Amino acid sequence: MAKVIVYPPTSMILSDLVERMGHKALVVPEAVRRLVTASGIESPPLNMTPEEPKKGLRYAAVDVPSGVRGRMSLIGPIIEEAEAAIIVEDPGWLTGCAGCSRTNELVRLLIRTKGVPVLDLSYPTNDAEAKVFVSKIRTFLEGLK
Amino acid sequence: MIRIAQLSCGSEYSGIQKEIERAAETVGAKIIYPEVSLEDILNVEKTFGVSVSSGDLNLAMARAVRIVQNPDLADAVIVMTCFRCAEAAIIRSEIRKYIHEHSKIPVLSYSFTERTTAETLLTRMEALVTTVKYRGLLAREKQKGLTAGIDSGSTTTKAVVMRDNVVIGTGWVPTNEVLKSAEDALQAALKMAGVAKEDIAATGVTGYGRFLVGKHINARLIQEEITVNSKGAVFLADAQKGTATVIDIGGMDNKAISVQDGIPGGFTMGGICAGASGRFLELTAKRLGVDITELGKLALKGDYRNVAMNSYCIVFGTQSLVNSLALGCKPEDVAMAACHSVAEQVFEQQLQEVEVKEPVIMVGGTSLIEGLPKAMEELLHVLVTVPKNAQYIGAVGAALLVSGLLED
Repeated sequence: MAKVIVYPPTSMILSDLVERMGHKALVVPEAVRRLVTASGIESPPLNMTPEEPKKGLRYAAVDVPSGVRGRMSLIGPIIEEAEAAIIVEDPGWLTGCAGCSRTNELVRLLIRTKGVPVLDLSYPTNDAEAKVFVSKIRTFLEGLK
Repeated sequence: MIRIAQLSCGSEYSGIQKEIERAAETVGAKIIYPEVSLEDILNVEKTFGVSVSSGDLNLAMARAVRIVQNPDLADAVIVMTCFRCAEAAIIRSEIRKYIHEHSKIPVLSYSFTERTTAETLLTRMEALVTTVKYRGLLAREKQKGLTAGIDSGSTTTKAVVMRDNVVIGTGWVPTNEVLKSAEDALQAALKMAGVAKEDIAATGVTGYGRFLVGKHINARLIQEEITVNSKGAVFLADAQKGTATVIDIGGMDNKAISVQDGIPGGFTMGGICAGASGRFLELTAKRLGVDITELGKLALKGDYRNVAMNSYCIVFGTQSLVNSLALGCKPEDVAMAACHSVAEQVFEQQLQEVEVKEPVIMVGGTSLIEGLPKAMEELLHVLVTVPKNAQYIGAVGAALLVSGLLED
């Protein structure tokens, strides 16, 4: 079983595919769940505090907007954990979205420079493309140990 | 309960969402998030005029469109995005303009960091609520009876006594001990007016020390300085009808307020860098060995272009001035360069965030430093008005507004 990060990192469709193939999907909702169920923090809706953007300094400099650093405090540790990645280009917002394009760019860069196997895909626009899309993901995941 | 619609990107990830809601709660308001459909977001290019690559900004624009189409959804709007994000800065400004042009809902824009707290937002949020809640009071144009106003500022405390629309007494002292300074300023104003404290029908208080002073003297009105100053400015400049822009460069922060019929429509309040404040001019006067009251006249004789000023920071800005003097620059050029530097920062950082419409009224103690309004005129290419008693603007606004409460 490999730990696979998906991009967009909020995509439930992609994480479902990864899990079905017996691997562990690394996704943001998991990190958010840890925050919102943490006791002793009262900062809805995500239970993020000003400490999170500071944790994000590990991935982005202090002159990077706080919203990017805050998002990176959730996504950065997942990237560090990843042993493989699936990146879907132009996924459309229904697939999942971090809300911030600068964060998306940084996430893609950090995944690609990490040196783990990466599957790059285009988002399917019809049924035929969707079948090829799923097939490529399956082949990629089967090849992971 | 005043409903403030929040149109934002990044606030929850910056860990400040709770601070925004706490500030709203403190001033009796509630933050709301107008509902939009996915279709609304996908259509922002058509409805708003542009779509960008960041999803949360498209959501903010879709919410702005929704508010314009259904103005009953919110009483006021706050547009907030991350500090230092270029994409967000463009959209934040466009959302503010869009709401300003297509509705009568007051709008405030602000760029935040993770260090933004409820206290930072409080005055801005209070002003936003006041413009909604006390619209009738703010529309008041004349002061009646015998009232007093106190402006407990960060550097100086000002007081006025007004009788039937005329300022009859003024007092101006440095702010040391907040309560004592307020008492001293009021006593000076009372003495000049020739009236006893007991004769004052009501007192209004504004400025940083408003809560402490207001409680101590049992003030009838305790109000933030944005609405009060804009009211005082249009009153003293005789510009209560139509549009106006009020610029108040203070000792600790600056305000730029877009006014319509005496009521603030949009405003910004900056206070990140002291290089854009009255403090920098104080330091310049001290370094030049002139009294602050003489700095403006000296500046009028100078040309800022003869001095290299390439820093906005108060420390490095002062260093630039010192270096210029060492290189043989004339004191008058240095004085004008300091005025130009402050005006330029306010122009670049704040006046881009409000609609600058004439008349442009400069108020506060710094407006009396003649070089500063001149520098602003050069930057804006419009005539800048400095009304009589411009330094008492907050106290006048407070005395005027509190007289309205006496009739209610």
